[in-house]
Amino acid sequence: MANSTTTITSGQKDIHKSTEKKTIKIALGGNPNCGKTTLFNQLTGSNQYVGNWPGVTVEKKEGKARFQGREIIVSDLPGIYSLSPYTPEEIVTRHTLLHDNPDIIIDIVDATNLERNLYLTTQIQEIQRPVIIALNMIDLLEKRGDTIDCKVLEKRFGVPVVPISASKNTGIDTLMAKAIAIAEGGQQQPVQRLYSKKVERVIADIQEALFEVDGKEHLRFTAVKLFEGDSVTWENYKFNKQQQDHIEFHINEIETTQYIDREMIIADERYKFICATCERAVTKGHPQGYETMSDKADKVITNKYLALPLFLLMMFGVFFITFGPVGSYLKDGAEWLILDVLTPQVSSLLVSINASDWAFSLIIDGIIAGVGAVVSFLPQISILFLLLSILEDSGYMARAAFIMDKLLRMIGLSGRAFVPMLMGFGCTVPAVLGTRTLENEKDKRLTILITPFMSCSAKMPVYLLFISVFFNESSPLVIFSIYLLGILVAILTALIFSRTILKGKDAPFVLELPPYRMPSPKTLWLHVWERVKDFLVRAGTILMGAAVLIWFLQSFNFRLEQVSDSSQSILATIGIAIAPIFSLCGFGDWQSSVSLLTGIVAKESVVSTMTVLFGGDTSMISQVFTPLSAYSFMTFVLLYTPCVAALSAIGKEMGSRKWTAIAIVYQLAVAWVVSMLVFQIGSLFVG
Amino acid sequence: MKKEKTLNLLKIGEQATVVSLSGEGALRRRIIDMGITPGAVVIMRKAAPFGDPLEINVRGYELSMRKADAEKITVECR
Repeated sequence: MANSTTTITSGQKDIHKSTEKKTIKIALGGNPNCGKTTLFNQLTGSNQYVGNWPGVTVEKKEGKARFQGREIIVSDLPGIYSLSPYTPEEIVTRHTLLHDNPDIIIDIVDATNLERNLYLTTQIQEIQRPVIIALNMIDLLEKRGDTIDCKVLEKRFGVPVVPISASKNTGIDTLMAKAIAIAEGGQQQPVQRLYSKKVERVIADIQEALFEVDGKEHLRFTAVKLFEGDSVTWENYKFNKQQQDHIEFHINEIETTQYIDREMIIADERYKFICATCERAVTKGHPQGYETMSDKADKVITNKYLALPLFLLMMFGVFFITFGPVGSYLKDGAEWLILDVLTPQVSSLLVSINASDWAFSLIIDGIIAGVGAVVSFLPQISILFLLLSILEDSGYMARAAFIMDKLLRMIGLSGRAFVPMLMGFGCTVPAVLGTRTLENEKDKRLTILITPFMSCSAKMPVYLLFISVFFNESSPLVIFSIYLLGILVAILTALIFSRTILKGKDAPFVLELPPYRMPSPKTLWLHVWERVKDFLVRAGTILMGAAVLIWFLQSFNFRLEQVSDSSQSILATIGIAIAPIFSLCGFGDWQSSVSLLTGIVAKESVVSTMTVLFGGDTSMISQVFTPLSAYSFMTFVLLYTPCVAALSAIGKEMGSRKWTAIAIVYQLAVAWVVSMLVFQIGSLFVG
Repeated sequence: MKKEKTLNLLKIGEQATVVSLSGEGALRRRIIDMGITPGAVVIMRKAAPFGDPLEINVRGYELSMRKADAEKITVECR
């Protein structure tokens, strides 16, 4: 029961009132790296829901919390620096703050980076919804020996300020109590006139004009945006000629006397207001030129000579832990659980209840084998995400982008794309999901498009099979050439797309290099859990569906009779039908086509299917393939459409059916063309 | 003596005050939002291992931007 302490003694009227107490909507806003997510996790724990904002691939996080018997919905807005209308994050945040009417906005301000954080505050408070400032990382500030006088901030911004440490979980109760009190008071945020008299006068004029055409909502916020010349806001308002001329005249006047443009006037006056505030509020306890631990660490980590070796070492470490002994040990463990523990258990259960043949086959060969093959990647995906989250939360990821930017820009990508691409050599699924850290849509799509060309570890068994039959002596060279071919195709793809369809302005690379911080275990755990949950949901839905479909095609013929020999199945019929497509590539037999089809479930399936189709004797392969057609087949496997798990990740991150389709068609086309070229050109030499 | 030059030309460790900022659109806005406004003090920290981008300190934090963008920012050395 809600609020039992206050309602039991105070009679019926109050009980009635307490049932009226509505859920409070809190919006968390703030800069990137201000500790917003940490606070969100402290408030909501694992009681959160992660989705996407409609139409964009920006993450939408909401969570429920209870405080003093009150039901609270907290939404974690994307971290942004300004309420400009440029990035999807900014648009989403702006829309939510203006139109979703949160009962209170908690503006999280990083106390160790006060000036730039308060810049967003000056914009948020113009929305005139109730705001409270959470002055975060107060513990780190004290460690430096600095102090901030909250009273001064409160007075200047006209909002309550509560010092907190989200990571140490201090001050949060006070913050929530105050936030709720304000939310229930429902008072409008008083206007803070922080601009110069001249600017304020023009803003007042615009507000007046706005009032005539649009009514009362968000007058000041809109007026300031119009002053700045914010194109998105201007689209929504039509003033009459006289109003328009009047506004334009006065803004022009200020522009010419101050020698700066309107956009800069507003930003400049905001920062001036902030500087004046900070001068009064902040007492510095550290000497000039004082270096934090983070500054010292950065001198080594991004040192001109050490940065690159350290970066490579770090990447090697991530790769080694995920796909080396630790990761593969866990993967083997997962496979063992599925194949040697789960499968016999379930099959004996099925036998004991006299399940029919087809049901037995559906569950064992279809669902468990199919979904199991994908779920066995789970340990590696979890490790990779844990490591990536550590890199991200510690502040290293921004440095990785800083170090790699120049190289990647040559092929039309930004520095941030490197890490996901590298991860692609391990597994395309986490690599594609990892592109979420890319800010720019164009960068993100391009990275997703080329990541599958990084030969994933599941393709290795296919190469190994053919190498054992055909290229035993020169195996390292053959494998190396395949990997290299993948990289070359990726670079060419990036060059072509970044100059044609995905042409556009380079993503602005204006990136904050946040101080190094110890990642919070709770946040790391929630990051990883979010991914794992997502992966399991997909495994249980899309992937299970796909596995069942392939099983069905493989086990039945067109008369829907179950077949014992898969060469009679629907899949084989399809294989025979499509086989001629590959005759130019050198593998026009139906077994190859069928293997490639099953490879769409999981790349390892190419090997298992081939083994089955050749009657369990892989040396038979040498009767169908020549070394050249084997190499051409390996090329095709390297480049063609990735497995269903990766496809569903691609679909999710592309956030667009059109682009998912483009990726699939492009990859199939490239695979065919390249393997055809390999075979045809090779034939000229081999004869 | 006061000397004006573009931000990318600052030597490592050199300190300067922002005078003006050319360019337009989203990129310029982003740079302004990050605190590069007239009067802001910037310190050149370092260049990335391949020579680009640059790391500068502004308003007490570290900001990385490409040379081509830093070229649009005029600063005044002390």
